[in-house]
Amino acid sequence: MTQIGIVGYGAYIPRYRITVEEIAKVWGENAEDIKNGLMVYEKSVPGADEDTITIAVEAAKNALARAGIDPKKIGAVYVGSESHPYVVKPSGTVVAEALMTGENVMVADFEFACKAGTAAMQCCYGLVKAGEIEYGLAIGADTSQSRPGDALEYTAAAAGGAFIIGGSPLAVLEGTVSFTTDTSDFWRREGEDYPKHGARFTGKPAYFRHVTAATRLLLEKLSLKPSDFTHAVFHMPNGKFPTTAGKELGFTSEQLKAGLVVPHVGNSYSGSSLVGLTAALDAAKPGERILVTSYGSGAGADSFSFEVTDRILERRDNAPKTEYYIRKKENIDYGTYIKLKRKLKQ
Amino acid sequence: MVNVAVVGGGYTKFGEHWSRSLRSLATEAGTLALQDAGIDGKDIEALYVGNMSAGRFIGQEHLGALAADQAGLLPIPATRCEAACASGALAFRKAYMAIKSGEYDIVLAAGSEKMTDVKGTDAVATLMGAGDQEWESAIGLTFTGLYALMARRHMAQFGTTREQLAMVSVNNHKNGVHNERAQFRYEITVEQVLKSALIADPLRLLDCSPITDGAAAVILVSDRIAGKFENPAWVLGGGHASDTVALHDRASLTEANATKIAAKKAYEQAGLSPGGIDVAEVHDCFSINEIMSIEDLGFCRKGDGGKFVEAGKIALNGEMPVNTTGGLKSIGHPIGATGIRQICDILSQLRGRSGRLQVSGANTGLACNIGGTGATSIVHILGKEEPKGR
Amino acid sequence: MTHTSSVPLYWRLKKSKYNVIGTRCRTCNTAYFPGRQLCQNCRRKGEIEELKFSGLGKILSYTIIRTAPQGFEQYTPYAVAVIELDEGTMISGQIVGNPAGLKIDQRVKPVFRKISEDGSDGLIHYGMKWELVDGQ
Repeated sequence: MTQIGIVGYGAYIPRYRITVEEIAKVWGENAEDIKNGLMVYEKSVPGADEDTITIAVEAAKNALARAGIDPKKIGAVYVGSESHPYVVKPSGTVVAEALMTGENVMVADFEFACKAGTAAMQCCYGLVKAGEIEYGLAIGADTSQSRPGDALEYTAAAAGGAFIIGGSPLAVLEGTVSFTTDTSDFWRREGEDYPKHGARFTGKPAYFRHVTAATRLLLEKLSLKPSDFTHAVFHMPNGKFPTTAGKELGFTSEQLKAGLVVPHVGNSYSGSSLVGLTAALDAAKPGERILVTSYGSGAGADSFSFEVTDRILERRDNAPKTEYYIRKKENIDYGTYIKLKRKLKQ
Repeated sequence: MVNVAVVGGGYTKFGEHWSRSLRSLATEAGTLALQDAGIDGKDIEALYVGNMSAGRFIGQEHLGALAADQAGLLPIPATRCEAACASGALAFRKAYMAIKSGEYDIVLAAGSEKMTDVKGTDAVATLMGAGDQEWESAIGLTFTGLYALMARRHMAQFGTTREQLAMVSVNNHKNGVHNERAQFRYEITVEQVLKSALIADPLRLLDCSPITDGAAAVILVSDRIAGKFENPAWVLGGGHASDTVALHDRASLTEANATKIAAKKAYEQAGLSPGGIDVAEVHDCFSINEIMSIEDLGFCRKGDGGKFVEAGKIALNGEMPVNTTGGLKSIGHPIGATGIRQICDILSQLRGRSGRLQVSGANTGLACNIGGTGATSIVHILGKEEPKGR
Repeated sequence: MTHTSSVPLYWRLKKSKYNVIGTRCRTCNTAYFPGRQLCQNCRRKGEIEELKFSGLGKILSYTIIRTAPQGFEQYTPYAVAVIELDEGTMISGQIVGNPAGLKIDQRVKPVFRKISEDGSDGLIHYGMKWELVDGQ
């Protein structure tokens, strides 16, 4: 059986950043407490002309550059997000046309809070494995919403990761599992601008239960243990949650290091664990294993194991590394943030 | 060959005419022209009306018939002419050719625009119809932006200074003070221009002609009947050329090829060189366009326009007086009316009736009316002497 | 009323706007972007074919729009440049990022962005903008 996995990957992070200090100043909160509590120092902010679609396209172009395949061979484009620019009209159609995939392509938008992108990856994997398509493009991207003054405002960021799934991979997808329950920790109703959340309820019964359960299921399924992995990426609503979950599961902070992009990017929701995976791939050597567990409120977690192949060496430099986007930044003040995010009623 | 003369002209006060309609303004201009020529409406055989976008400004199309109707000229043939900001000159050119062909002896050429019935943003969007909708308007360009692109390039290529651009507006306002039909009758300083609001860098508010309501009209006649009129101004030559509608499709951002070609033809027909022109009306929709136009018309070398202005050569008493009555900047720019208004002002100069704005000994005058960013350019040369041997 | 409201207009243009696709005359090898269906040199003898441009080029001139037309107000101030593409043709395009340090002759590369929006309930128009190539 031919190996299936990641043929090409790409990230995109908008260039604007707002620091925790800048937000805390406006609300009279203590920035140091927040930074220590969240392990987040600044977050990315999309330009006024950026949205989930543009972020998805930029990330996917990088994935395509690394894959080096004819875009016409892409048989599926699935875009996962909770900030699709349209409620009705798919993001994926724009993305597919912008990538020139051709018209013989399956397209759909996915939504499962912050794990829609990994759900898209599972679907692509299934279709490729079934022989229905040669390559599938899975994208997780968000321009996350947060109500001014809400705790989420310190972390809700914008970024995206894109993965082309197919044969001759640079990282073999060894297996994937999901752990899913009806747990309402975070939601946004139709027509509402901002999500609501269950505050501390988002922790133990939600994030931690699902992330640890899915990861344990995966390890069990593949008969692997934490020490078999060089890198591990857990969904990053902040810096603290993935670190705590990793520790509970038996992963060291060294294993989490490469993929822990949240301190200077923030939580890019559907983009979060996928951007973490791109950063881990940027750092990985052939033969190394990467574990990824996403989390989506509502709630579920998707866990994956990848084994990096030699092909990464020839493809990695065909697109900008994630670190490039993390460093390429311009800090903005709160007023500019409000303008770019269009939080003023006009 | 038939020779053609302009024997009367007039234009309304230019400005924001909140209480007046397009039909009211156009009718007044036509009446003024008839009065000036000393003829009656029933003598007119055909009407050409320059108008850019009544359809979008006031929702009114079919302007030819409407103008003929309102001016009491029914049932003569009436034609609307559109070439964006050069619509007025186009109407004049079509009227000229209609007489030249031998079909008519007396024709009325008018131009009008009523721009203030819509919001400023709607007016700006309408004006962008003169550019490329698919590739210029669609990416957020405005006309100020397009001329700013030319200005920046001109400054980089030829060393044209920001102050020199300002001096164009200063010159035109200085003249406009004495034009009682001008929209802005006050002087401005270089410093004021440089401190006015940036609209599209490097162009500022006082580099831009305003949004204006107004109408203008002239009477053209054939040489068969020109003898009946006092002080006719003869059309010595004309040229009309086109270029790409999109600025980015041009070979150069700093010259209007259409103006060069139209001017060459006009000079050849008139048997004149640029040095033979005594007074010129040039299309200063934005300050940079006057600088580029005086180069393209051959009044100075390409690239020297800024220095030419700085040296005072375009002043009323300068070597080449330009926009002696205020230009588009001070008089205002009711799009379709401007080309006809230019002819009116040249006529007045040739007749020696320009009062404090009179260029002494003006025997020849040139009018250059430009559409869009230079996609249409129409040049006419008028003179006191009837052309011979043509 | 304005062009930003036209659905078919943007639909027709999306292919060339998403990917800098123009045309080329096979007879004289002249590249056109925006694409033309009649070669300006060869006229009817020209054989026109589709050409995907690299999108790379340099700034020939630029301006910063501070008074924006309808549909673009939320983006002000924004830079627009005339870009000379490497294939030898010019195009107008927005330059993303801070407009303060722009200079003539800087190298630019294409990026995918929102271009305009038809209000809050109409369509969002996407297409290429340009950004400075790093290290200038």
